Amino acid sequence: MASHGAVLSVSRMISPFWGGRLGNTVKVFGPTVTSRRNRTMLPPPPAKYGGRHTVTLIPGDGIGPELLNHVREVFRFSCVPVDFEVVHVNSALESEEDINNAITAIRRNGVALKGNIETKHTMPPSVKSRNNLLRTSLDLYANVMHCQSLPGVQTRHKNIDIMIIRENTEGEYSSLEHESVTGVVECLKIITRNNSLRIAEYAFSLAREKGRRRVTAVHKANIMKLGDGLFLQCCREVASGYPDIKFDAMIVDNTTMQLVSKPEQFDVMVMPNLYGNVVSNVCAGLVGGPGLVPGANFGRDYAVFETATRNTGKSIANKNIANPTAMLLASCMMLDHLKLHDHASSIRNAVLTTMNETRLHTADIGGQGTTSDVVHSVMRGIQSKGQLTSER
Amino acid sequence: MAAALRGSLVTLVKSLSGPQWQQLASRPLSLSAGLCGPEAPPARADATFKVTMVPGDGVGPELMTAVKDVFRAGDVPVEFEEFHLSEVQNMASEEKLDQVLTSMKTNKVAMKGKIHTPMEFKGELASYEMRLRRKLDLFANVVHVNSLPGYSTRHNNLDLVIIREQTEGEYSSLEHESVPGVIECLKIITRVKSRRIAKFAFDYATKKGRSKVTAVHKANIMKLGDGLFLQCCAEVAELYPKIKYETIIIDNACMQLVQNPYQFDVLVMPNLYGNIIDNLAAGLVGGAGVVPGESYSAEYAVFETGARHPFAQAVGRNIANPTAMLLSSANMLRHLNLEYHSQMVSDAVKKVIKQGKVRTGDLGGYASSDEFTRAVIANMAV
Repeated sequence: MASHGAVLSVSRMISPFWGGRLGNTVKVFGPTVTSRRNRTMLPPPPAKYGGRHTVTLIPGDGIGPELLNHVREVFRFSCVPVDFEVVHVNSALESEEDINNAITAIRRNGVALKGNIETKHTMPPSVKSRNNLLRTSLDLYANVMHCQSLPGVQTRHKNIDIMIIRENTEGEYSSLEHESVTGVVECLKIITRNNSLRIAEYAFSLAREKGRRRVTAVHKANIMKLGDGLFLQCCREVASGYPDIKFDAMIVDNTTMQLVSKPEQFDVMVMPNLYGNVVSNVCAGLVGGPGLVPGANFGRDYAVFETATRNTGKSIANKNIANPTAMLLASCMMLDHLKLHDHASSIRNAVLTTMNETRLHTADIGGQGTTSDVVHSVMRGIQSKGQLTSER
Repeated sequence: MAAALRGSLVTLVKSLSGPQWQQLASRPLSLSAGLCGPEAPPARADATFKVTMVPGDGVGPELMTAVKDVFRAGDVPVEFEEFHLSEVQNMASEEKLDQVLTSMKTNKVAMKGKIHTPMEFKGELASYEMRLRRKLDLFANVVHVNSLPGYSTRHNNLDLVIIREQTEGEYSSLEHESVPGVIECLKIITRVKSRRIAKFAFDYATKKGRSKVTAVHKANIMKLGDGLFLQCCAEVAELYPKIKYETIIIDNACMQLVQNPYQFDVLVMPNLYGNIIDNLAAGLVGGAGVVPGESYSAEYAVFETGARHPFAQAVGRNIANPTAMLLSSANMLRHLNLEYHSQMVSDAVKKVIKQGKVRTGDLGGYASSDEFTRAVIANMAV
């Protein structure tokens, strides 16, 4: 209040010189002094200076730290102009201080690369999943994963090329559970019109951008007629704005069956939160497992990159046998997001070439290679392509 | 079989590099040589980085020669594209400026001497130096004032960073004579640019592991202009709970700097104050010849000396101190991911200063610029 008064008194003082334009000055300045709301509306500019980006790195638990160290090593090796700000989140603590620090760090850098943070079921129910908290507080509404068969990896199905877009912030993951009467627990699944429209719009615009033909909405509207019904209806509404893209809907149980029997029929899929979780794991399994598929979470202002299936991999941590492919490909997606396309494609090509070497396959895809073997082969791949790119 | 495999790989790659994964023209990828076993190989580039060079006026060209000599001796994989832009030697024109800008667009990184700005008014309010800065949007100037071990001044072990907004404020080039005898010179402070520089300062502090940011202002007099700047700094500070945020008025800041400079860590300020504090702080550790500086925009980085003076009276006398420019070139190498070479150059320079045998006149020695450069080269462990 006092500051507003000061603005007015100053403006009165200078008004004889300033004349008519003064009103304007106060109008422009007034809100900046008085309103505290628009600070949250305005995201700060990204941390990019002199062409170098700063990216938040959350190592997480299990295999996260070692995989992210490999990513850093590959980045350093291929001279990628990205600096990492490492933020550790201790999953053993009940306080939310660590995760809040991480969220603030993402707010200032805009982009993050992340290993999964373990969620222990033994913790009291008041402790929310750290990963979920991060996604909801940054409003990372769209989870995107691109499942593609890798030519060198032996799987039951060939030529799979599915994009899965999953609503990431509501649905079953609302963390609203209570015991209404003793012995009866209610768990609320929230579907909102706004968020459903937003995710459908994202799916269709992504499909158009990538030149895809068909979008399939996955639902269970035969049982949850209102909730999933709303989701389905929102998808239909958005679809009407994209006449060039075919739209159909499929019930989730049928979807999983179709996925394991005829996965080639799917193109782009859009779905609420929990179905997305299930379907993305099925798809990752179809192309070779959790170690191969990268994932990304996008909001309006922020982007967080991780492996698609978000596994912690506690059992194989620190054994040098985890498959680094998913994390490396996630880092490539991040480089594409930062518009460092030539770095991204050089690393991506090296990773894909490495995956064709059966000798280098890690245990998860039936080989005996170690993590560091794969990473070194990737580096060698980047190096051998170096002469071609340096000609420009 | 193999052919089929390759074929499918090619299609895979093709489908991956869809429209939005198209390669942008940017600086060539440099890759490392010598992959020696499973141990971490050093990121030594076998491709060269191209860097734009604008030697500027005064001793600029001499300092650049020193940099080039050292780089050649150290086998640094950097290639310079030189542009001579000077207002005092009639070598400045729109075309020249455009050439520099085009070169910057591909290289992203430059080394630059000071382009001298003549005092007299010839119909153009903005100098070439400022136009270059504005065209590249180099909004943040960073001067890291660090005492050189071995050369003692009144204050030793100084380590502070001065971050200056340099695209608006008093340097807006908006001056007019409203009535005869009355000149109005507009100082512009905008919310967007203030937030940007504040964020830069805090990001810099985070990246370099520093603990405090101090905003320098004169909001007691310029309540609205500098007030806005301060407000933006305070807002951005909320995003960085681990970094302490303080404010200080410019006049007091100057006094504190000469009395007890150790209390400061990172200082952030608008344009003109930054200009003054840059020079003041450079004076604390040995003057314009020893403090490196750099300017950043989102895309570009320009490396220069911390206190920007052409030092025209020293031209051709072989007395200028190449330390600042050499340290700046080391910072540039670090920016290019050439950690190894950067360390090599800065270590050599610091070693020569520490030994104290070869020093230029400004540090109380008798050596010429060339002798200093040769000493640096001799101390480089290639």
